[in-house]
Amino acid sequence: MKPIRWTLWVPLALFATFCILVTVQLSRPASTVVESAMIGKPLPQFDLPPASADRPALKTADFHDGQPKLLNIFASWCVPCAAEAPQLAELERRGANIVAVAVRDRPEDVAAFLARYGNPYSRIGADNFSEVQLGIGSSGVPETFVVDGNGVIRYQYIGDIRADGVELLLEKLREAQR
Amino acid sequence: MKRILALLLAGCAVAGAAQDSLPPAPYAYRQLEDPAREAQARALMETLRCLTCQGQSIADSDAPMAGDMRHQVRVRIKAGETPEQIRAWLIERYGDYISYKPEIGATTWPLFAIPAVLLLVIGLILRRRLGGKQ
Repeated sequence: MKPIRWTLWVPLALFATFCILVTVQLSRPASTVVESAMIGKPLPQFDLPPASADRPALKTADFHDGQPKLLNIFASWCVPCAAEAPQLAELERRGANIVAVAVRDRPEDVAAFLARYGNPYSRIGADNFSEVQLGIGSSGVPETFVVDGNGVIRYQYIGDIRADGVELLLEKLREAQR
Repeated sequence: MKRILALLLAGCAVAGAAQDSLPPAPYAYRQLEDPAREAQARALMETLRCLTCQGQSIADSDAPMAGDMRHQVRVRIKAGETPEQIRAWLIERYGDYISYKPEIGATTWPLFAIPAVLLLVIGLILRRRLGGKQ
């Protein structure tokens, strides 16, 4: 019998590779988080009105004071934002300077939210059309960005801050200091 | 029965509280005054991904953030930016994922090259086989 040419196996091998690839990729759960592509880039220019009566407003220039900050994107209507309040309080207690952007929120709702869950913020800007949120590549609330003293975004934490996120964010703040 | 109804109503209340309270942005649901620019904006919105309800375009979604993105698109078109400039602005922030329009890039070029190569190979094989019989 004539030996079968090895090249005849190539299409079958390609097909098998394709099947394996599809199976592996399908068995992996799809990621639904959208990471910001703005890490390492400067904050866009913005100048927001204040979101609450007892905290100053927020603009890009506030980040250019040489001190790294946490930029927390939150909203009073967002349930996980309440869940991360203890972690934000802990971060503030351990020396983090936290500024915030309240997305699509009314001042009276923000005030009620902060009265109930605590106010760890030194500044809060009102982002009524999600302009800052879109400008920094954030795709939901809550998200927390580490911004260095030159206004450059260094890190993005997606979702509500968990217990282990406190150490992580403090470490990222120290890295941003260097 | 009453208890079920009460539970359902409580569920609605929670869902309601999870929505923002602000009215939509001015251009979220309002068209641009210039029909040509509105058509441009509309075509762009149909190719941009909604970040809240991934899989829908911002033209199809009623999510507040999609409304804010439509507002952003219309305001920028109105100010004279081209649709591709706005797409580039969004890709700079969210990566290729935000756009449904296929782009040839460092990771996507094989998708465009492989079919062309396959067609070429098929053409060569056919020519050799059919050409041989003549």
